[in-house]
Amino acid sequence: MSLQVLRGQAAGPESAPLPRSVTRLEPSRGWVALRLDDVWGYRELLWFLALRDIKVRYKQTVLGLSWAVLQPVGTALVFTVVFGRLAHIPSDGVPYAVFALAGLVPWTFFASAVSTTALSLVGNTNLISKVYFPRLCVPIATVLASFVDLLVASVVLFAAMAVYGVGAGARILLVLPFMLLAFAAALGAGLWLSAIAARYRDVRHAVPFLLQFWLFATPVAYPSSLLAERWHMLYAINPMVGVVEGFRWSLLGSHVGIGSLALTSATSAAVLLVTGALYFRRMERSFADVI
Amino acid sequence: MSAFAVRTERLSKDYVLGEGSGYGYDSLRERLTELATAPVRAVSRRRRSERAEQRRLHALVELSLTIDEGEIVGIIGSNGAGKSTLLKVLSRITEPTSGWVEIAGRVGSLLEVGTGFHPELTGRENIYLNGAILGMRQAEIRRQFDQIVTFAGIERFLETPVKRYSSGMYVRLAFSVAAHLQTEVLLVDEVLAVGDAEFQRKCLGRMDAVAREGRTVLFVSHNMAVIQALCQRGILLQSGRLATDGPVDVAVAHYLRSLEQATAVDLLERTDRSGWHDIRVSALEVTGDNGAALASGSPARFVVTLTGLQPGTTCTLTILNNLGQPVCQFASGNSSALDSSVLRPAPEGASARFVCEVDELPLLPGRYRIDVLVRGTHHTEDRIASAAMFDVEPGILAGRPVPRAGSGDVAVAHRWIVPVA
Repeated sequence: MSLQVLRGQAAGPESAPLPRSVTRLEPSRGWVALRLDDVWGYRELLWFLALRDIKVRYKQTVLGLSWAVLQPVGTALVFTVVFGRLAHIPSDGVPYAVFALAGLVPWTFFASAVSTTALSLVGNTNLISKVYFPRLCVPIATVLASFVDLLVASVVLFAAMAVYGVGAGARILLVLPFMLLAFAAALGAGLWLSAIAARYRDVRHAVPFLLQFWLFATPVAYPSSLLAERWHMLYAINPMVGVVEGFRWSLLGSHVGIGSLALTSATSAAVLLVTGALYFRRMERSFADVI
Repeated sequence: MSAFAVRTERLSKDYVLGEGSGYGYDSLRERLTELATAPVRAVSRRRRSERAEQRRLHALVELSLTIDEGEIVGIIGSNGAGKSTLLKVLSRITEPTSGWVEIAGRVGSLLEVGTGFHPELTGRENIYLNGAILGMRQAEIRRQFDQIVTFAGIERFLETPVKRYSSGMYVRLAFSVAAHLQTEVLLVDEVLAVGDAEFQRKCLGRMDAVAREGRTVLFVSHNMAVIQALCQRGILLQSGRLATDGPVDVAVAHYLRSLEQATAVDLLERTDRSGWHDIRVSALEVTGDNGAALASGSPARFVVTLTGLQPGTTCTLTILNNLGQPVCQFASGNSSALDSSVLRPAPEGASARFVCEVDELPLLPGRYRIDVLVRGTHHTEDRIASAAMFDVEPGILAGRPVPRAGSGDVAVAHRWIVPVA
């Protein structure tokens, strides 16, 4: 909703004039401002919501945080057997197991972040219909909670790299901007999907299909060098292409033309994020009414 | 003139009903079909706008009011009058359809206790989470932590997950966090209806303290006794419009009078009812001994006429006093050996009557109203609040006269053994 915060003076005769902030609530039309300052004001809540998701996820599970590790490692094992051994898919000069794991770690984060964020609004109905806070906090907190899993899985990835004797030295630090790119891509997709799912309930069934398709459109099991050079620009519109190849380039030193891929993917992720946030804000006014 | 705390100008809020966008779930499939057939439907443009109008619920209509700093205002009205919607708009949970609202200062809303509580987290963790959700800063929560815990009385259970709490503890903790909000404006929606009598007394005390601190409180309730005790000003809403705005006694009197007028309307025509409505209540009659007036200690007969009957239908009558407090309840589903049944002689579509007989009405003289609830096997068929009103005259219960000016609502048969000097 359209919001103006005016600072005015109280006119009480007895008391000394105090500065008061007056909030004005009016119906909003069309596109609504992002108001990120409002979200920043509620950053403590953001933190608490993310913490809640993380704690709850692991409080009563036997294996606890190791679930964050089992998923990429387990899938990597399967991929190694099926794609590496049986199908002999090339792996850019690196042992296939590490190759697959380096792709699976960011991918698992993306897939779990997007699927949980898509349902985040619907799952927090009681909050949204009873209390005010900037609704953007909900998807952001959900992606943040998944991000913790990414950090944990990365530790295992480093361990695997050490075992296989792979690693490009100081270039490993450059994995950080690619983690940020993954966060932006996941948040962008999550914002779009959560806003749509709040309104149209059947979308939740489409998300697993969407992610499965997306997995094959991302070079997780195979290298992007499998594609002819002329397709690379189009291919990199999928932001996860830049993320996965970026992970492999920075951690494993695979020889891929990373510059143009990364740039295209970064632009694509930025567009996804900004449009996702704008769409979310535009749909926000109806959340409490439809949820 | 003191400064305003809340100000609205021609505030309106509409909801769209039906399966379309707005209420209920849309499916993307339906929406796409709707878009695809739009050119065809555009031909019948006039009919479409008529249909659209029928599907709009006007929850608030052109509401303009000003509430000054430090006022304690009670907002009353029947169900569906727009009270909760008004609080939701003021809490920024939903936005106005037209008009505007201005609020000075921070707003704390108590629309439901325990918002955001997670069963897996401990009491301590939930205090911080719930406090943050309600808008408190972490420093603020830390400062008031001990007071919150003491008010709720859960010192020993701080590190236990909330799912292990009894419902009483849960409610006490939830209310305690919210009661320590330090916002300038406080909106409270009937949360005091939860908890036992002891806790309700504590809550009222706390609300009173909050009010005396000079904060602005908007309080929604159906309990006229609490409204009159706590508030100085009363706002009565009827069908989304402002009906009365003045001293709380005046607003309460207007509300009670409107309830009486509502009961004068034929029950079938009343629209303020909820439920599945396969069966509806068409009449509710309350009579005394052989058609005489109702009196304390005398027989009374309640006859509920329904439009139909299904196997497993039950009827529940709740008697409330003039202030809206429930006094007693008669539930046909809670059967006893003294109940009897009568075969309905008529075909399926004909009406059925539930009759409840009381040999000695234990109510004190005064005015009462009845809420009626009809349940089928799977869901509520019909529910009407204040379906009928009746007066009870002074009478005699177990040989003792029941006077008009007594305390409480019920007279109980008893004997005294009195010393003689």
